[in-house]
Amino acid sequence: MANTNTGVNTDVNTDTDAHAHPNAPAAPAAALLSPVPDDDGAPFWEYTAQGELRVQACTQCDALRFPPRPCCPHCQSFDSEWRRMSGRGRIWSYVFPHPPLLPGYAELAPYNAIVVELAEAPHIRLVGNLVTSPDAALNSVDPAKLRIGAPVKVAFHNTDEGTTVPRWLLERP
Amino acid sequence: MKDATAIVGIGQTPFAKRLPESEKALACRAILRALDDAGIAPSEVDAFASYTMEETDEVEVAKSIGAGDVTFFSKVGYGGGGSCATVAHLAAAVATGQATVGVAWRSRKRGSGARPWKNTSVQLPTPAQWTRPFGLLRPADEIGMLARRYMHEYGATRDHLFNVALACRNRANQNPAAMMYERPLTREMYMTARWISDPLCLFDNCLETDGALACVIVSADRARDCRQKPVYVHAAAQGLPAQHHGMVNYWNDDPLTGPAWTAAQHLWKTADLCPQDVDVAQIYDAFTPLIPLSLEGYGFCERGEGAAFTEGGALEIGGRLPLNTSGGGLSEAYVHGFNLINEGVKQLRGTSTAQVPDASTCLVTAGEGVPTSALLLRS
Ligand SMILES: [Zn+2]
Repeated sequence: MANTNTGVNTDVNTDTDAHAHPNAPAAPAAALLSPVPDDDGAPFWEYTAQGELRVQACTQCDALRFPPRPCCPHCQSFDSEWRRMSGRGRIWSYVFPHPPLLPGYAELAPYNAIVVELAEAPHIRLVGNLVTSPDAALNSVDPAKLRIGAPVKVAFHNTDEGTTVPRWLLERP
Repeated sequence: MKDATAIVGIGQTPFAKRLPESEKALACRAILRALDDAGIAPSEVDAFASYTMEETDEVEVAKSIGAGDVTFFSKVGYGGGGSCATVAHLAAAVATGQATVGVAWRSRKRGSGARPWKNTSVQLPTPAQWTRPFGLLRPADEIGMLARRYMHEYGATRDHLFNVALACRNRANQNPAAMMYERPLTREMYMTARWISDPLCLFDNCLETDGALACVIVSADRARDCRQKPVYVHAAAQGLPAQHHGMVNYWNDDPLTGPAWTAAQHLWKTADLCPQDVDVAQIYDAFTPLIPLSLEGYGFCERGEGAAFTEGGALEIGGRLPLNTSGGGLSEAYVHGFNLINEGVKQLRGTSTAQVPDASTCLVTAGEGVPTSALLLRS
């Protein structure tokens, strides 16, 4: 469900003359953002902390749903469980963000952000980053290696803030 | 609803990277100009509509401009997706007798003010926990993701996106009020521009603007006595598709069909017109890929054909569907799409700086990729 908090306003900008590098100078070694879970999303992050990729599933009709939500849009049941995924998938799309960006990201730009469709359920797609190893930087993979359809597998990275985020490795680097 | 109400007044401030006045003062100026354009006294205003992101509320506006007793007021969410809905809500209120003179407006200092995506405390909760930690920070990144997939599925290229940017820039070059009036765009400039979020470059992104606009809505009966030629609200619609997720619409079976499809279905169902009858279109253009997506959604072409539709000068004056004839958000001003509404009115009055000869029907759309809205205007 769309939410007014997420920057639905569609602006980044563009005026060519307007500050060419609005984010500079970047603060040194600024942190990346950590997930701020809501009630529905909290279990996902508890499982990633255990090194498991799990997706919410309806226990009445068996449908997987993501992002998690209180009830099943198919059968309206409030009963759900968190089902473990194989952690395999394919790149559905990707971008290379360039500045202006928040400082921690600007330092790494251009880096990749990808959407991965899960092998078990291609309509379940997770945003993430393709990296060379679980703790490598967001810009560690050669951009030329990214392509839609490339098989990937999940890895888990512990952030400085103590949360664990899924990251993705090429099946065939 | 059909043709029961009309836009009879439009007003705007200058557009610039930085304007000295407050958003409140700019809002009042735009509204008073729109009322003066209509020949309606501020004391007759009894309805207001704007965006939830509008910082100046009805209380401030009403008491500043000298409005009368107000009996209808409404705010629409989802950023630029709400633009056309402000007019639609007022049209419904006037058509059903809840009010007689409605004012819709948007005032924004997005040129000199803060970038919303930089606010990490407001932006991180649901559903941003699934996107922002991974560096998908800005609307340009979120739409860039859909754009790359679209290009992959349908063979769309950067040249198609350039066609969109160029059409808007060419119209801005005819419009002295446009921020890019004196700034022509070439293919070489586009192809060598810096990236914002690859596959989107600088010229795929809208402007950052300080400015305000407003329009006045009354009944069709009342419109005949106003100063300007009435522009009738022929049809209006909002759109929130099933299982839609906003600009991060990655989590349903078909992420490339967005709210435009839903709004269009209702719009054409209630209209006497079909897409082929549209003389000129003002399509929300915060990012160039929204145009091919919207062309498909509103039925100007089939699924996957939106990029090819832009070929051969189709979006230019004299083309199949002249687009964003004031320059749009890409090249006139980015005020959450309100300039597209006012430009639609100008086209149907015959007073645009890039006038489509004998234009009598205009589609205006709000932001695609978020819960949206649309208007079908006719003269
Ligand atoms: Zn169910």
